[in-house]
Amino acid sequence: MSVKTIAAQRASMNIPTGRLGVWWVLVSEIVIFGGVLVSYLMHRLAHVEWGEQAAYTNLWAGAFNTLVLLTSSLSAVLAHQAAEKGDGPKAARLLYLTCLGGLIFLTVKAFEWTHEIREGFTLQSGGFWSYYYTAAGLHAFHVIAGMGVMLWVASCARKNQELHRVENVGIYWHFVDLVWIFLFPLLYIAK
Amino acid sequence: MSAHAQVQGHAAPEPAHGHHPNYVKVWAVLVGLLVVSVLGPMAGIRWLTLVAAFGVALVKAYMVAKNFMHLDVQKPIVHWILGAALALMVLLYGALAPDVQKGAGQQWKKDAGFHHSFTTSKPREAGEHAPGGAGEHEHP
Repeated sequence: MSVKTIAAQRASMNIPTGRLGVWWVLVSEIVIFGGVLVSYLMHRLAHVEWGEQAAYTNLWAGAFNTLVLLTSSLSAVLAHQAAEKGDGPKAARLLYLTCLGGLIFLTVKAFEWTHEIREGFTLQSGGFWSYYYTAAGLHAFHVIAGMGVMLWVASCARKNQELHRVENVGIYWHFVDLVWIFLFPLLYIAK
Repeated sequence: MSAHAQVQGHAAPEPAHGHHPNYVKVWAVLVGLLVVSVLGPMAGIRWLTLVAAFGVALVKAYMVAKNFMHLDVQKPIVHWILGAALALMVLLYGALAPDVQKGAGQQWKKDAGFHHSFTTSKPREAGEHAPGGAGEHEHP
């Protein structure tokens, strides 16, 4: 029999604690990613020549990854819908599909970075590339973490347990998608 | 179902909202906007690039936040804390941008070495340093 924490047995501010907790996590993530992106934006506007470096990024890989993340967000929200209806196994399958999207994203990024590093574009190649690898790498780290949590939530949902967590992990995943929606034009389109 | 019943671990969670939009339709619109954001900049017109790339990004972010994250039906506390985080971002930009983006102020200026340390036109070989000095972030 699972033991509930004190936080899991109350709902302050008239919102379930788990959901409020996820939103607090996202607030801290906004500060983290927002800081990186705002910093990049400032320096990019101050260094127009960075556009020459940005020309070497692979637009089609970035666009494909955007499509992958948007599709994985779709499966995540459909998982939430299934969980609301009490269909844990279906929610779990959709979460596994979402994880597959994350895996595809990371695979494309791995090929992309391998090619760019072989061409000589590394973290120390200049200001643009420093930001490129830092921002995209930080984002990829969050994708990996989200996949791990999602697999755990799916394993519980498969047994119709803790279905409210499906929405919570979905909110986190949509935020990861949101960050990439802004990273894509900043790193791949603005050349 | 109340929030209290939900935290007791019941199988079906409390619905945060009464209506689910057509998520597949929302996804299709997002994909269409992605196509616009990729094709728009190819015209090579600056204002079109800004609108297609960044304007569309804002629209896509809004659609994901509203339809997928259900931000429009979340409790006010969520809006307040998110707004506070975004305000901090604006504050960060406003506080640092004059220093970062300007080349000179009333009593200071950035010398050529500072600018030169960020200027590279080709990828460097392994072990090769930036032309301006020992490293990218060297300050006088």
